[in-house]
Amino acid sequence: MSDIPFPGAGEALPLTGPQEKSAGLLGWVSSVDHKKIGIMYLMAGLVFFGVGGIEALLMRIQLAVPMNSFLSPQTFDQIFTMHGTTMIFLVAMPVLTGLANYLVPLMIGASDVAFPRLNALGLWLLISGGLLLYFSFVAGGAPAAGWFNYAPLSEKAYSTTNGVDYYSLGLLITGIGSVTAGINLIVTIIKYRAPGLSIRRLPLFIWMVLITQFLIILALPALNASLVMLLIDRRLNAHFFEAVSGGSALLWQHYFWAFGHPEVYIVILPAFGIISEVIPVFSRKPIYGYEYVAGSTVAIGVLSFLVWAHHMFAVGLGHSIDSMFAISSLLIAVPTGVKIFNWIATMWNGSIRFKTPMLFATAFLVVFTIGGLSGVSLAIFPIDWQVTDTYYLVAHLHYVLFGGTIFGVFAGLYYWFPKMSGRMLSERLGKWHFWTTLIGFNMTFFVMHFLGLMGMPRRVYTYPNLPGWGAMNMISTIGAVIMGLSSLIFIWNVVVSNHSGELAGDNPWEAWSLEWATTSPPPEHNFDRIPPIRSRRPLWDLAHPENPDWKNGR
Amino acid sequence: MYGNSVFSPASPQAQAITHLSLVVGIVMLAILVLITFLVLYAVVRFRHRPGAPEPRQVFGNSRLEKTWTIGALVIVTFLFALTIRTMHHSDRTPSPGEKPNLIVIAHQWWWEVRYPQSGVVTANEIHIPVDKAWLVQLETADVIHDWWVPDLGRKIDAIPGHPNHFWLQADKPGTYSGSCAEYCGAGHAWMRIRVIAQPEAEFEAWEQRQLAIPAQPAAGDAQQGRELFGKLTCINCHSVAGTPAKGDIGPDLTHVASRETLAAGRLKDTPENLGEWISNPQAYKPGAHMPNFNFTPTQVHNLVAYLETLK
Repeated sequence: MSDIPFPGAGEALPLTGPQEKSAGLLGWVSSVDHKKIGIMYLMAGLVFFGVGGIEALLMRIQLAVPMNSFLSPQTFDQIFTMHGTTMIFLVAMPVLTGLANYLVPLMIGASDVAFPRLNALGLWLLISGGLLLYFSFVAGGAPAAGWFNYAPLSEKAYSTTNGVDYYSLGLLITGIGSVTAGINLIVTIIKYRAPGLSIRRLPLFIWMVLITQFLIILALPALNASLVMLLIDRRLNAHFFEAVSGGSALLWQHYFWAFGHPEVYIVILPAFGIISEVIPVFSRKPIYGYEYVAGSTVAIGVLSFLVWAHHMFAVGLGHSIDSMFAISSLLIAVPTGVKIFNWIATMWNGSIRFKTPMLFATAFLVVFTIGGLSGVSLAIFPIDWQVTDTYYLVAHLHYVLFGGTIFGVFAGLYYWFPKMSGRMLSERLGKWHFWTTLIGFNMTFFVMHFLGLMGMPRRVYTYPNLPGWGAMNMISTIGAVIMGLSSLIFIWNVVVSNHSGELAGDNPWEAWSLEWATTSPPPEHNFDRIPPIRSRRPLWDLAHPENPDWKNGR
Repeated sequence: MYGNSVFSPASPQAQAITHLSLVVGIVMLAILVLITFLVLYAVVRFRHRPGAPEPRQVFGNSRLEKTWTIGALVIVTFLFALTIRTMHHSDRTPSPGEKPNLIVIAHQWWWEVRYPQSGVVTANEIHIPVDKAWLVQLETADVIHDWWVPDLGRKIDAIPGHPNHFWLQADKPGTYSGSCAEYCGAGHAWMRIRVIAQPEAEFEAWEQRQLAIPAQPAAGDAQQGRELFGKLTCINCHSVAGTPAKGDIGPDLTHVASRETLAAGRLKDTPENLGEWISNPQAYKPGAHMPNFNFTPTQVHNLVAYLETLK
């Protein structure tokens, strides 16, 4: 975009962040540049994605046939606990935080985040927490009480290794890091927007990141507090969660899910944001119903704090409480459905370019809908009484977290990789990656709906040879292997394209938000000049002076 | 469809949930088909054609937004109404003071079963009379477990210090299988449930047999086994009515030879399997609280001979 003169461009922005001095590896490790920190978050997430993926494959090998003895139950239990914990805390959150870190200042026309050093602290807390969690493997055994770590199974009497202590300390550390990142991004978005970029003109990705950060700073403390209580139970013989000595096992569940359900939205809302950027650009139309997409996110954010006990329908809380939480959970389907229809309406009458980001975004619409719909069925608690804690639930959560979050993240990575690296990812490898992911994903998880309905509980290390179970588990395992291969294609694509991909230029997708108004990759201070911002799509206005958005009252 | 599934309900409670699941399933499928159709239509119809200009820039339409918002609200309201109706059919709230017919206590990793009216105590296999709605009180001796027999209705957690209640009923005689559905540690996979529904008379006969105190073998291997059972550590954990064995850590063995399975569904209850199990429980159910005692083959043989008399 540097070759297009900005009419009436604003002045060069004052630099807020400290200047980088070191180069090479030290330059990365000591960096407080939001772009480098964002990329390091993404790299850490990618490494843990590999580790969590290998854990998933080990589980699928064990479950491929009935009565298998590839893994002992003790090993299997550690692996499924670490898989869940890793994918939520060390993959989904860092990858989304990494994208937010990289993109927020660029998309709002700032030179860095508000608190660059705090930003670096958040990253290194995440990495330290992750390493501490994994250190448990060589320190007597990983945690094996599941990623939601229900008491009293997680108490000293039933989890005798130090695994749960490492879980608690590791998550406490990453949790503190997440809160610092949350505060940082909120302040950045509220205070550091370029002139003219009012809240009503914010890109939807930024809207969703902003709502997500509020969820993070409100929800994570519930987890952090309960982790401390659990540590006090385990190490100092308190009894917060031990019913035998006057505590309450349900207290843990209430605290955990008071964090845990907003957490689901913490890892899906930024993906909604990515989809809301990618679909318009590749359909060549503005987002349909901007106010409704943004407003429905606020509605989801508020409702997300009122639905936690739908994870506890089997607990026996009574019909009145179950009904209240069914209402709030069903209501969340409304703003979510509104989003889906707005994304489809954005594509309608568009001129859709099916580059890899758009392939993932389009598939997201269908696979995420499957996860959303099975979520509605789980909110209907008599159905939940049958299918919760079965493979139906495993299918549901993977359709939301993989079909939703990860498909969204892949769309975002293909979309913004050119900005980050200056080079395009290979479209040919991208299409291979997309189709193998789509096929492998559905093979792995679709059959799980039926396994659950046919009586298979989750978290079993093996199973008797009941009719249909063996065949469906085998299909699922083959699907998982395909997903493993697809991830290798992606990594290959990143490595090769980063080295010798086609040069991207400033704005390869002819997109409209501010990050595309600087070079790829951007200079350390991000922008030399900011184009005038008179609408939601400043670069559209520049490219179409005959029909700018601001003339249409947008 | 298969047994052991949401699609083969065998009680009024499960039937209500299955009916609801089918209605909800059809609504969900219709929505999925609609959205998939719209997406595929857009993919085919609105694909970029080379040389095509930028499309008309449309920013939204408030009336359409209101239409689909209200449409979604109507659907979830309808679903909520169905939920409330099914809730009463599938899970009647017991009146205060209603006494349980059955007490089930979940352990790592087996089920203790007590019949408070008759005094029968058994494990893992639950006999009930057909066509009667029995109120079950569910407790746990250690961590959280979950009762789930898909053919017969809802699952419900066994929570420390928080007894739960549910209705257990079966329309037809037969064996209904289920399992623990809340992850509870290393043996979670082998914490299976069998509910055996019998005609009233047959059930009462079973109950009478369970109440009988088995005769003590007076001679032979079985008698040797009985002595071993008392001398070795068996009685620290297990009970046998009419003997000094009063342990309450493991399953009551008074009528162990009358059961169909061993170790909560891990093995068929045959003398060979019982011998295998006693020789090395950890090989069949790793993590089980019964250790490998390194019994000699003769000890195992005699113990099996004794336990097989406990019919």
